[in-house]
Amino acid sequence: MRFLTTGLMAVLGALLLLPMTAHAERIFVSNEKDNTVSVIDGESLEVVETIDVGRRPRAMVFNNDGTELFVAVGDDEAIDMVDLETLEVVRTQSSGEDPEVIRVDPKRPYIYVSNEDDNIVSILDYEERRRVGEIPVGIEPEGIGVSSDGKWLVATTETSNMAHIVDLDEQEAVYHRLVGARPRHAEFNHDDSEVWVSGEIAGTVSVLDRDDNFNIKHTIRFDVQGVPRETVQAVGVEMTSDGRYAFVALGPSNRVAVVDQETYEVLDYILVGQRVWHLALNGDESRLFTTNGVSGDVTVIEVDGFEAIKSIPVGRFPWGVVVEP
Amino acid sequence: MTRTMLTLCNARQCRWISTMTRWLSATIAAGVFVTGPVFAQDDATDDDTETITIGYLGLERDPDREPVSVIEPIPENEGLEGARLAIEDNNASGQFIGQEFQLVESIVARDGDVEAGLEDLAEAGAEWVVSGLPREQLETVMESEALGERIVFNAAAPDDALRGDACRPNLFHTTPSRRMLADALAQYLGYKEWTDWALVYGNTEEDEHLLQAFRESAERFGHDVVDEKMWPHEPMARRAEGGFHAIQREVPDFLQDLETHDVLVVADETDYFGEYFPYQTALPRPVAGTQGLTVTAWHRAHESWGAVQLQRRFEDQAGRWMTPRDFGAWLAVRSLGESTARIGSVERDEVLEYMLGEEFELAGYLGYPVSYRTWNQQLRQPILVTGPRAVASVSPQEGYLHPRTMLDSLGADEGESQCDF
Repeated sequence: MRFLTTGLMAVLGALLLLPMTAHAERIFVSNEKDNTVSVIDGESLEVVETIDVGRRPRAMVFNNDGTELFVAVGDDEAIDMVDLETLEVVRTQSSGEDPEVIRVDPKRPYIYVSNEDDNIVSILDYEERRRVGEIPVGIEPEGIGVSSDGKWLVATTETSNMAHIVDLDEQEAVYHRLVGARPRHAEFNHDDSEVWVSGEIAGTVSVLDRDDNFNIKHTIRFDVQGVPRETVQAVGVEMTSDGRYAFVALGPSNRVAVVDQETYEVLDYILVGQRVWHLALNGDESRLFTTNGVSGDVTVIEVDGFEAIKSIPVGRFPWGVVVEP
Repeated sequence: MTRTMLTLCNARQCRWISTMTRWLSATIAAGVFVTGPVFAQDDATDDDTETITIGYLGLERDPDREPVSVIEPIPENEGLEGARLAIEDNNASGQFIGQEFQLVESIVARDGDVEAGLEDLAEAGAEWVVSGLPREQLETVMESEALGERIVFNAAAPDDALRGDACRPNLFHTTPSRRMLADALAQYLGYKEWTDWALVYGNTEEDEHLLQAFRESAERFGHDVVDEKMWPHEPMARRAEGGFHAIQREVPDFLQDLETHDVLVVADETDYFGEYFPYQTALPRPVAGTQGLTVTAWHRAHESWGAVQLQRRFEDQAGRWMTPRDFGAWLAVRSLGESTARIGSVERDEVLEYMLGEEFELAGYLGYPVSYRTWNQQLRQPILVTGPRAVASVSPQEGYLHPRTMLDSLGADEGESQCDF
């Protein structure tokens, strides 16, 4: 009897595992010039699917229950919503002009959209499919970071060179911090105590301290030997959840910097494809995926040892990358 | 009779005034239209707000100088619109840090007195001056007592001499020099390995200067100028030349005795003949320079590095495309905005020190940060290499190295500059 139960359990276990293997980790890459999203299989590291989306897809994000992928399609002024079962665009929500970066609220069914041409961050409700509101910020909003408690949003403005700190309960910007020139990306660290804001033209990352009204507590600089200084441009930032490493995409210098989250020291520079833009860690944070716009590929980096192990050709001008949760 | 049109406004008011001006201009048919200074009503009478007032000094458009192609629109308020937009851009950040930028404008009649225009700006409170003037008038301004301690940004005159032996410590340049443009082209032609050039130039003084710049660039980057020839005719009226009328026979005839070359480089700054050369050459060769494949600080086809945002903002404001002169004025006003925001002060000497320092980096929608060369106060900037409808490339080209920055491979470098402050 006991034997039978164990046997049954094993069979059940195997059955349970089946859908797991069918749904191996998937990596989604938006191809800005091809109007597609490439789907990479996390095991084989090959493109297994290409999804047709709207025009000029850039930032992507998953909804909170993990059933849909949202893709900002800038030239269509909309967010395409991709069903993760069928891998097809099932609906589209109007986003306001030129959406570039999008993030979802961890607590509310909201998408935050930076509308570059309108100098606002729009708030959309993706369940009720309506526009909730908008937050005025500086010129050319781009990067958006949201704290995991849903309390704070940080929006960067490329021409105003600012990080605008928005209280999400009030939906209002309360602090404005001058950061490195042309800020592109804002990322909260694992315990929400810091926000890292990259500056493309400055080639720096400003670390903002949440406990000190988001004032800058440190500026990280990069110096890649043998590479012209002006090609070292900081864009995407990704951080490990154990508080150890941060990865910073350095644009046309074709390098990803590895930074110690504690000491802010740059530990290494990893050579990747041309004009590296955005980054994503996989589920167990063993691998980092980079989008390389000019060479049209994705570099896979082994976090243990900081080594690039593979490059995967995708579409033209890959921009964003996200890993299915 | 007042010589200038002078307005004082912040960005929003400027737009309103320019709308009013258009309406009034349409209403008043007379040739001279004058408005007195309209003083800004400060909405935010916040004592902590620091104000910085910039004067734009321009010259009315020369009605005799119009693009030869009838499809090219004649821009209104060229240069000035760039300054207006940058004031608005500066104030977008300024509102968060207690700084307010104001623009006072003075557009002098073609044969008017630029010194009087400068005096008007000074009276209206201008602490800095952005110049949309050609070299001669700019030098009059620089010599004027009314200038006082003010710094002038040259956003229009490409003359190398202004960055060379005629340079001045109170003069900055946001428009590229002829030599920078010529170097940008030479690098791209080097990339293409089109190394044998035939130069054709017009009979104006400007074209003579540009010809010299092309010669020097060819030498610097190892090209051969195999032949040179001047287009002998006077500027023609703006018209639609059908080609078959005369050009189709005239141009190949003019070019047929040139030495064999890879590329025909044209120096026609006033745009009176160069547009007739592409597709009409004796040998099947590309045309580059001031027509055909051109080199410029700004172009409507340029949309990379966020430039599309600037193009859209500009078009919303001005109702037309942004030109290189608009861009030069925009860069000048933004240089000040970037500096005052970073140092938290609008004090002249502090701004100057920051602007010339290592830390100064302005995002100019050209991929690399732009900054000022300390030896002649020229803005180092990437240069677009572009066709009429699409950008072909951006110089500096890969492989042209420089110990300081690749951008210093364009234009007079520190060691060779004739400027001595």
